[in-house]
Amino acid sequence: MICQECNQRPAALHFTKIINGEKTEVQLCEKCAQEKGEMFIFTSETGFAFNNLLAGLLNIDPAFQKQSQSPFHQEEILQCENCSMTFPQFLKVGRFGCAHCYETFEEQLNPVLRRLHSGNWTHNGKIPKRIGGGLHLRKQIEELKNNLRNSITQEEFEKAAEIRDEIRTLEKKLAGSDKGGE
Amino acid sequence: MSLERFLKTAVSSWMSEEGPDSDIVLSSRIRLARNFKDYKFPTLFSHEEAKVIIVNMEETIGKSDFQKFGQMELLKIDEMQPLQKRVLVEKHLISPHLAEDSPYGAVLLTENEEVSIMINEEDHIRIQCLFPGLQLSEALDAANEIDDWLESNIQYAFDEKHGYLTSCPTNVGTGLRASVMMHLPGLILTQQISRIIPAINQLGLVVRGIYGEGSEALGNIFQISNQITLGKSEEDIGRDLKGVVSQLISQERSAREALRKTSNIQLEDRIFRSLGVLANSRIIESKEAARCLSDVRLGIDMGYIEKLPKTILNELMILTQPGFLQQYAGGPLRPHERDIRRAGLIRERLKMEQEK
Repeated sequence: MICQECNQRPAALHFTKIINGEKTEVQLCEKCAQEKGEMFIFTSETGFAFNNLLAGLLNIDPAFQKQSQSPFHQEEILQCENCSMTFPQFLKVGRFGCAHCYETFEEQLNPVLRRLHSGNWTHNGKIPKRIGGGLHLRKQIEELKNNLRNSITQEEFEKAAEIRDEIRTLEKKLAGSDKGGE
Repeated sequence: MSLERFLKTAVSSWMSEEGPDSDIVLSSRIRLARNFKDYKFPTLFSHEEAKVIIVNMEETIGKSDFQKFGQMELLKIDEMQPLQKRVLVEKHLISPHLAEDSPYGAVLLTENEEVSIMINEEDHIRIQCLFPGLQLSEALDAANEIDDWLESNIQYAFDEKHGYLTSCPTNVGTGLRASVMMHLPGLILTQQISRIIPAINQLGLVVRGIYGEGSEALGNIFQISNQITLGKSEEDIGRDLKGVVSQLISQERSAREALRKTSNIQLEDRIFRSLGVLANSRIIESKEAARCLSDVRLGIDMGYIEKLPKTILNELMILTQPGFLQQYAGGPLRPHERDIRRAGLIRERLKMEQEK
């Protein structure tokens, strides 16, 4: 079979195009196909990696888009001072370079985390013991303060007083452990 | 090598032991992703940093008083034969990523292969516990114990807001991936699976084939795991997954009973035909083998076949993968030769049971 375009070389590629339900068959040699741009399916990267999806997520974030589109005050490209990964680089690979990146890119990251983790963006699980002490206490206090607010709105004042005392003891303990840790 | 000896060295505990609900749940797995605080993630780290991390882990293991899961052996990726790596992947002990794309990678394995710790994969440390049957909370407890022990020797990358920091933002927070491997022939035969999978996806869980992302549900085996790692506690993630898995178990059981009632003889015929194929074929492709193994396993679970052990499906699904077949043969095999080997291995394994 001869190429439809140049009518010289043998056709190497056979396409079936379906446009609005209309089916057309096309036979092309490799050279003509490339020129016609029909090769894009082969030359583009194969496979659809996670980082493509991630980049998509980041790019549809409106705040981020506004920033990058404004030509007047072009902001510096964000770069992690510890591992020197830049934000565009992160978009490309979909992986961070080091723990510090989470701080560097925090502002861009939160909306992404929300999308990835169905609305969540803060940790609610295990805390390493070593970093632990104070952090555990602070979490506990926070929870108690929530309970306190609830009992006040429900007018359970006796219970509220109990919780208040509990918070005080914990806060004392926290102050003590902070001193001890230093 | 004789088949018996090969089996002894090849089979890990999750393949040969039975756990709770093991008529449907083959295995439960917990994975925790962790990183060292002061080193760059494997995306960017240098060869030197990678080495330091391995040495650090070796020292931690070496001085360790932690013997609960037995002695651990360290295997470095660059010192392993391609076939050896492939076998570990097929046994789900290391990821394809560690085997193929992690030149500075290593893995720590316990003797019974319930625990494997991957080093320098996508994250510095990935703790994995693989238990037979439905034992999510047991596996989580084990992973937590190992995590606590490592943490007493290592400074983890952690911050209050984002939790355990991981190389990829899809794992941040708990760093936990919990997954359950299930055999669901009843839901396939009754054509309910296509209705069920989208429902599971809506709950923030992912359904995949036996060898992970993009793989087919060979032998009617599905892997179900959590997607969300941030904002939920480890226990909640495990509980949510377990809830869905329990639902699936009861749906699968009622599908099996419905099949027994409505098409008993057809089902029995299908099961024994498959057994016949496995016991007699001389050439068998992996797809056909998986399909027949699934039928036979269903036959065992439903009491049609009495003299075979349940774990034969888990075991043979893994042992008839290309890597294992080649290890058994003692060298590389072309696809056609593999199909012959596979048929031979299955026949021999079934004969071993008859002779018992």
